[in-house]
Amino acid sequence: MSSAGTLELRQVTKRYGREGPAAVADLSLTVPAGEVCVLIGPSGCGKTTALKMVNRLIEPTEGEILIEGHSVRERKPAELRREVGYVIQQVGLLPHLTVAGNVGTVPRLLGWEKTRIAARVRELLELIGLDPEEYAGRYPAQLSGGQQQRVGLARALAGDPPVMLMDEPFSAVDPITRERLQDDFLRLHRAVPKTVVFVSHDIDEAVKMADRIAVMRDGRLVQYARPAELLASPVDAFVADFVGADRALKSLSLTRLEEIRLLAPPVARSGEPLRAVRARIAEGLIEPIDGQVLVVDAEGRPLGWISLERLESEPAPQRPPGGAKPLLRPAMTLRDALSALIETNAAYGAVVDEKGRCIGVVGVAQIGAGVRQAAEGIPTHA
Amino acid sequence: MPEVRWEWIADHAEEIQTRSLEHLILVSASTAIGVAIAIPIGIAVRGRRIPFAAATGITGLLYTIPSLAMFAFLLPIFGIGVTPAVVGLVLYSLLLLVRNTAVGLESVPEAVREASRGMGLTPRQVLLRVDLPLALPAIMAGIRLATVSAVGIATVAVLIGGGGLGVLIYSDGIQRALFFTPIVTGAVCATVMAIVLDLLLVGVERLLTPWARARAAVR
Repeated sequence: MSSAGTLELRQVTKRYGREGPAAVADLSLTVPAGEVCVLIGPSGCGKTTALKMVNRLIEPTEGEILIEGHSVRERKPAELRREVGYVIQQVGLLPHLTVAGNVGTVPRLLGWEKTRIAARVRELLELIGLDPEEYAGRYPAQLSGGQQQRVGLARALAGDPPVMLMDEPFSAVDPITRERLQDDFLRLHRAVPKTVVFVSHDIDEAVKMADRIAVMRDGRLVQYARPAELLASPVDAFVADFVGADRALKSLSLTRLEEIRLLAPPVARSGEPLRAVRARIAEGLIEPIDGQVLVVDAEGRPLGWISLERLESEPAPQRPPGGAKPLLRPAMTLRDALSALIETNAAYGAVVDEKGRCIGVVGVAQIGAGVRQAAEGIPTHA
Repeated sequence: MPEVRWEWIADHAEEIQTRSLEHLILVSASTAIGVAIAIPIGIAVRGRRIPFAAATGITGLLYTIPSLAMFAFLLPIFGIGVTPAVVGLVLYSLLLLVRNTAVGLESVPEAVREASRGMGLTPRQVLLRVDLPLALPAIMAGIRLATVSAVGIATVAVLIGGGGLGVLIYSDGIQRALFFTPIVTGAVCATVMAIVLDLLLVGVERLLTPWARARAAVR
């Protein structure tokens, strides 16, 4: 059981009072089913107002909001909200209900049977990594901040809503917990895709979470683009400034090693006769990198790097003393790969598959090329 | 210090019992009616500065009227008996009950209310399932205070024929040349009643708000 619906905002305007400036002005935006749209901008840009118009906590002055093609105005607000998950920064768990009571709120409102609610609560607690035996009966005051927000997330998912609204959901917790909550959310989202509108003021969070980012300023949509595109080609100085001078670095998180072109590994088998290695170099079968070759074992697992000069002085390459650091995985982001290179003070790193066999080599130049390639709009997501 | 005459108490056990029961009825009826009136007022004025000021102003004024004068004022309207006594006690209870209800409702965190609305609770469901349960500790505190003070004030009800423990203190004691024993008996009964009612209400509150004792320090 899972669902996600397209969300469409059509020329939505919210004005408080007759004369005042619009909090949200002529906002048109489509979030395809199952995608995460992050609304971002400086405080007062209208991002939270835009979010709250979707579940009618705020009524638009003009315009139309459609979920799966149906206007939200056709629905009674309370009924609509039961089908739109809502997560807020301060969590807002009901302090007088247990964790199970909180998570079961929307199913109860929807009139589910008791046994079905209990099963759903269990399922969701397991999904968010809280043992139902231990946590179902606790009160919110007995949970840490991170656990509370997890329960808030489970509560919003309980009715299996096609659309989720998240208003700075991870801003009130410490950075480590925030990172973990973000990762958990992405994992959940892959398992149970929902159409998500996510308000954030943190561009790093936006880049990490979003399929699309909507940058707002003074109630207007300035740019709506995929993260890579936003980082690569901000439409104006405001967006460029907002995404930051280090936007090239930020885009490193968007691409994984498996998505970029790697160098062919110049492999020499451990124990292989020196002349055989030299012959392969001469024939152009392998090309040493920075004058080095990668010594691998019989299975193709990297043992270490060795220079050609060193190779000359030895009968056959043995296990090099330095080892083969760093070893990189295809699923690593370019950011993590670059970080590993810097940490190990290496110019190049071997990329290995799940059996530890070398499938390629990457250096700073390949990472840079990968970022530019992503920026040029070559699809980066599988 | 005059001495308590135990044989008087033994001879009047039945009357003591009757007067205590009357007293208990005065107190519980007036508090119950007070709650029934005050909670809706508290709900109505919650979060609205001027209505809140008006409600606490008026009920506060009632609260300051000396009890002898209050019952005297009620005499021409309600005559003598239990009715004016209960009315007077209700009027006294309103300040504590209205103020605590409104303050309790206002103390409900805005995030909790917003999340509740956002989940699809109707305004009525927010009130009944969120606001009132969360305001309960404050409302109960008001009820306890109102009850305890009603036990004291109700002793004056004897002056308008309201019965209760005031009969022991006033008619049997003060009017009989300060016959000491019934005065002490009435006072002790009232004190014990106040303490017992207060403890009972604490128990009720604990039963109704198991969550209030949940603390972060479980592990």
